[in-house]
Amino acid sequence: MTKRDITLTLNGKTVSGQADPRMTLVDFLRVVLKATGTHVGCEHGVCGACTIVLNGEAIRSCLMLAVQVESQEVITVEGLCEEDGSPGILQDAFRDGHGMQCGYCTPGMLTSVHALLQSNDDPSDEDILEAIGGNICRCTGYAQIIDSIKIGAERLREDKS
Amino acid sequence: MSGAHDNPVAGSNYHYIARKRRVVEDKRFVTGNGNFVQDQDLPGTLHVAVLPSPHPRARIVLINAEAALALAGVAAVITGDEIAEHTLPLYHGLPLPECRWFPLAHEMTRYAGEWVAAVVAEDIYIAEDALDLIEVEYEATPAIVDPEEAMKPDAPLVHPGHGSNIIYDGDFEWGPVAEDFEAADHTLSFRARWGRSSTVPIETFGVLAKWDKGTETLNVWASIQMPNYPEQIAAALRMPLNGVKVNQDIDVGGSYGVKRGIKHTVLVGYISRKLGGAPVSLIEDRLVNLASGDAHGPDRIFYTDVAFDQGGVIKSLKIRAIDDCGAYPGRGPFQLGKPIAAIVGPYRINSVHYRPCSVATNKTGQVPVRGMGQGPTNYMIETAVDEVARHLKLDRFEVRRRNLIRSDEFPYLNPTGTKYDSGDYETVLGKVTELANYDDLVKRRDELRVEGKLAGIGIATCLEPSGGNNLFEFLFNPKAEISTYMEGCQVRIDSVGNIVGTMGTTTSGQGHETLVSTILGEELQRDPDDIRVIHADSLAGLPTRSPIASRMAVMLGGAAAGAAQKIKDQLFQIAAHNLNRPIDGLEYSEGTIFDRSDPARKLSWDELCNIAHRQFHKLPEGMEPGLQALHVMQVPLGGQMPDEKNRVQLYPCFSFQAHIPFVEIDPGTGKVTVLDYFIAHDCGTVINPDIVRGMIIGGVAQGIGAALYEKFDYGPDGQFLSGTFVDYVMPSVFEIPYVKDVEHCTPSPLTSHGQKGSGEGGYLGAPAAIASAVNDALEPRGLSIHELPMRMNDIEELLNGEKPE
Amino acid sequence: MKAPAFDYHAAETVEDAVGQLAEAGDDGLILAGGQTLVPMLAMRLARPSVLIDINAVSELAGIEQLDDGIRIKTCTRQNVALNSQLIGESIPLLAKALPFIGHHQTRNRGTIGGSIAHGDPAAEIPLIAVALDASIKLQTKNDTRNLSAKDFYEGPMMTLRKDDECLTDVTFPIWQEEGKLGVGFQEVSQRHGDFAIVSVAAQMVLDGNNVCQRVAIAVGGAAGIPVRLEKVEANLTGSVINQETIGDALTNMADFLDPVEDQHGSAAYRRRVARVMTERAIWEAAA
Repeated sequence: MTKRDITLTLNGKTVSGQADPRMTLVDFLRVVLKATGTHVGCEHGVCGACTIVLNGEAIRSCLMLAVQVESQEVITVEGLCEEDGSPGILQDAFRDGHGMQCGYCTPGMLTSVHALLQSNDDPSDEDILEAIGGNICRCTGYAQIIDSIKIGAERLREDKS
Repeated sequence: MSGAHDNPVAGSNYHYIARKRRVVEDKRFVTGNGNFVQDQDLPGTLHVAVLPSPHPRARIVLINAEAALALAGVAAVITGDEIAEHTLPLYHGLPLPECRWFPLAHEMTRYAGEWVAAVVAEDIYIAEDALDLIEVEYEATPAIVDPEEAMKPDAPLVHPGHGSNIIYDGDFEWGPVAEDFEAADHTLSFRARWGRSSTVPIETFGVLAKWDKGTETLNVWASIQMPNYPEQIAAALRMPLNGVKVNQDIDVGGSYGVKRGIKHTVLVGYISRKLGGAPVSLIEDRLVNLASGDAHGPDRIFYTDVAFDQGGVIKSLKIRAIDDCGAYPGRGPFQLGKPIAAIVGPYRINSVHYRPCSVATNKTGQVPVRGMGQGPTNYMIETAVDEVARHLKLDRFEVRRRNLIRSDEFPYLNPTGTKYDSGDYETVLGKVTELANYDDLVKRRDELRVEGKLAGIGIATCLEPSGGNNLFEFLFNPKAEISTYMEGCQVRIDSVGNIVGTMGTTTSGQGHETLVSTILGEELQRDPDDIRVIHADSLAGLPTRSPIASRMAVMLGGAAAGAAQKIKDQLFQIAAHNLNRPIDGLEYSEGTIFDRSDPARKLSWDELCNIAHRQFHKLPEGMEPGLQALHVMQVPLGGQMPDEKNRVQLYPCFSFQAHIPFVEIDPGTGKVTVLDYFIAHDCGTVINPDIVRGMIIGGVAQGIGAALYEKFDYGPDGQFLSGTFVDYVMPSVFEIPYVKDVEHCTPSPLTSHGQKGSGEGGYLGAPAAIASAVNDALEPRGLSIHELPMRMNDIEELLNGEKPE
Repeated sequence: MKAPAFDYHAAETVEDAVGQLAEAGDDGLILAGGQTLVPMLAMRLARPSVLIDINAVSELAGIEQLDDGIRIKTCTRQNVALNSQLIGESIPLLAKALPFIGHHQTRNRGTIGGSIAHGDPAAEIPLIAVALDASIKLQTKNDTRNLSAKDFYEGPMMTLRKDDECLTDVTFPIWQEEGKLGVGFQEVSQRHGDFAIVSVAAQMVLDGNNVCQRVAIAVGGAAGIPVRLEKVEANLTGSVINQETIGDALTNMADFLDPVEDQHGSAAYRRRVARVMTERAIWEAAA
């Protein structure tokens, strides 16, 4: 099949690349656009490692085709950094809470939480579970991730006020 | 919420050790800058896809790859015949010359999913298209699936040339077992079953290899965590060991013991050489990872007899352990050997008869999983303790108190010849009962029971042998005369005083860079945040046995401390020479060395480093210029081979944990909900509180998975039934309660700062603790279950199924 | 795990979509949310020649109030439905089941119509559609037809939808009976968000004397398709709802189920649990 031209907004910048219709979005991000922050865990939508933010909503990038993001807006873990590439508020919160170990599920965890906090900066415990219930972490047992989310939410609230 | 905080060691005044510090590695992970194997980007990389066998046991009659080879973009198709011709069989831990193991099935397939052929293509999509085009003719034969059936003389053979499915059958007796059973007031027996599960990291195994013609070196980048990896690659590919360069600076996306893709690596290494140096990568997809990554864990049946007195004090154990190692044993059978270190647990048990047996079946192979068999063993030991309590109608906590080794008995020599270094088990048990608010918990349980619900409290008190040595291998295989399991660390100070620590292995979430920088910072009194820690490749290399065996805090930490001490010794000599004072008149403070009697006479860190690097005329006679030191640490108490009675020191340090989970069972569905989980933990000195807390709680979560959800299922015909994350069920945040933890510190007398291992402990006790809680919940119905995982179907069946006549 | 090659067409209108579908013969597939289809492609369990993407077809998304029902257009995201006040008020049974579907991330993309068309016997939305006898609209290039959800399912992942038909919307009826309407949804799965091992949906109208005026009950995961418990419904209708009448109504109910078994639940387990969950769903609806 002929490759398609795809243009999208990735982390605030307009970017383009080519992909076969069958290429998944996560492969397009990683292989074509070289944005390797997003990880592949299962390719069948269960583990959540590939989570990205599409038009403001957390979604699985292994369950979407690259051709489907034409003209859409995508945020990946790289997009949560400050302009100069240093860690953003949520990312620093995960460092302070040590909300990770091997770092492999971390990008999906962060993007899921970013989408949550954009719409709800004071999430309840239930909101947090709902937001990351589809992100499997094999290292932490989740406690330090929950701690980190709470640290991040508080700082984002302070940052706004 | 019990967030991590400083964890000062009694009486210490550490600056960095035991203090809350950000974890060095976390910064690159949160920004998407991790350096995982899949992130490597070499131009022209070819990709490998593998063809799975649809049959668990079949003769390969014919492979026709013509159509696949004709597909545009396909570079090669490799079969088992080709691999067997050009490589040597992969290494098993035991001498098993007739169990030949190659990266691709040779002549016959031995489990469903086994790789039959490999396609090499310019991208992975094309490679998978080509798989569709390969035709294979099989002659299927009946598979052997049940390990106890496999032991029978007429069973179909996994490796016909071996003559039997029994891979290993051992018999060890430590202490007067017959006498202890004879003298005991009571005995009881039970069967306990640990299901086939594994730690299943979210990153699958992946490897990229590139043969460099110019230097005749095979470059390897891999998501690897195993000892002897370069050695095994070189041996299988018939290459000199100094021609294999394993890059250790790859971030490993979780391992917990299982990232051992040796067959993957030999395959891509072979292909890269065959194709004249193209970079070749094999990244498991999840289907391959689950079905045929050869990364399953122990699959074990215990038959245990317990001898005990009227008061519940256990005198002796007789243990028959049968482990299903799958089709290719690898190092799997040693998972029956390592737990000998703590085969009596934290208890004053006088004697043990242990008969471990490893059996081959038509299933994918086994690798060492977190704790290397200690998890199943602890589950069996804790089941024994609970059964004794049930038999005598005694409280399970009280029975433990009566059996636990007392704090004044350390170092404690157990019957197998292993000395436990230190511990205060009863205090730790007290801490967890306090943390759990135990009396309150009992009240909650009993209230739920009054409402007609099933609720239970679990208890497990377990050991985590740490520090690692390899002497169990000798117990199983007298040819393996290996008495060291060393680890090296090099420290270099550059001419302007910056510090670089070098380690020789990968890291997979344990925070080794943080460990090394913290210890170097502490020892050299320099800010750890300014210390850089790098991973030397295997040729530039340092002696390393990789981060297995809960050993890095002890061994890499010790190596870092030793190297820092050598640096300090050198600085003292330079200072003594230049200040014209004896060394014992000098003092070191934050890098400056001064004359104790005249503090104004001093040399600063910068001056000392400058002299070492640039001013040879100011160095003491015979001293080499520069400032670097390598320290290779030998395992404490290691180096002694077993005596004639098979007694030996296995592992130096013994961490301890006490777990209390609280569960509820839905009697209508059998579903278990873990409502609360409490753990008290003692790994001696904690180097980084956040890291240790994460290890403990993460291990508990994996243990909850093994206890309630996770199993690699095979049908009676040998078909694999757990090929996706829909069927291999790993717990999400909904299934894991917010685990509450408390630390205790009994320093080890054997290590640089009193530290012990902490990487395995949570996992080593949680399955036992959850089983204890479930059985407590079932007790009012007079029921019990001794089989993991305890899936809801199993529990509901027990409660509501038709009872056998 | 990479999909075989296929062509891709992003439809702009329904007409465009069904035209493309007709052209593809039996080789085309509609791509809605893709939460099931994309992994099936990756596992090469589906091998279409062309995917017709309806995500950009604006006329295929949205929720509408009709006189006697709520029409949900096929590409309506599950999370949009979950957050819909209209659905919450008018189809409370669906609202109760939606949080059980997958995870937040998959509901952001997964669609109502996609789930109905796929027809997994353990999925929540088909179960509710069968319980409430929703009306499913199918459109071809030349024709449209409406099918009752009760008739739509033939077996696991098998429906009466023909290859050239696009499911465009589903209408859930609003019950008009006087009395107190209650709903119950009970599901057992290993993990939160997994496909159900067994799930039961019940909707019931009780009069002031606790007499059941109308009831609908369906079971998922206990047969190849979602199953209406018509006998149980008939036994309960007109009865006072209490322990005894429920117990009587459920006698032998499991005999009518034909569960597919796997390692997560034997057929016997699913039968027993279906009864337990049915009882709970009825009580929940009656509360």
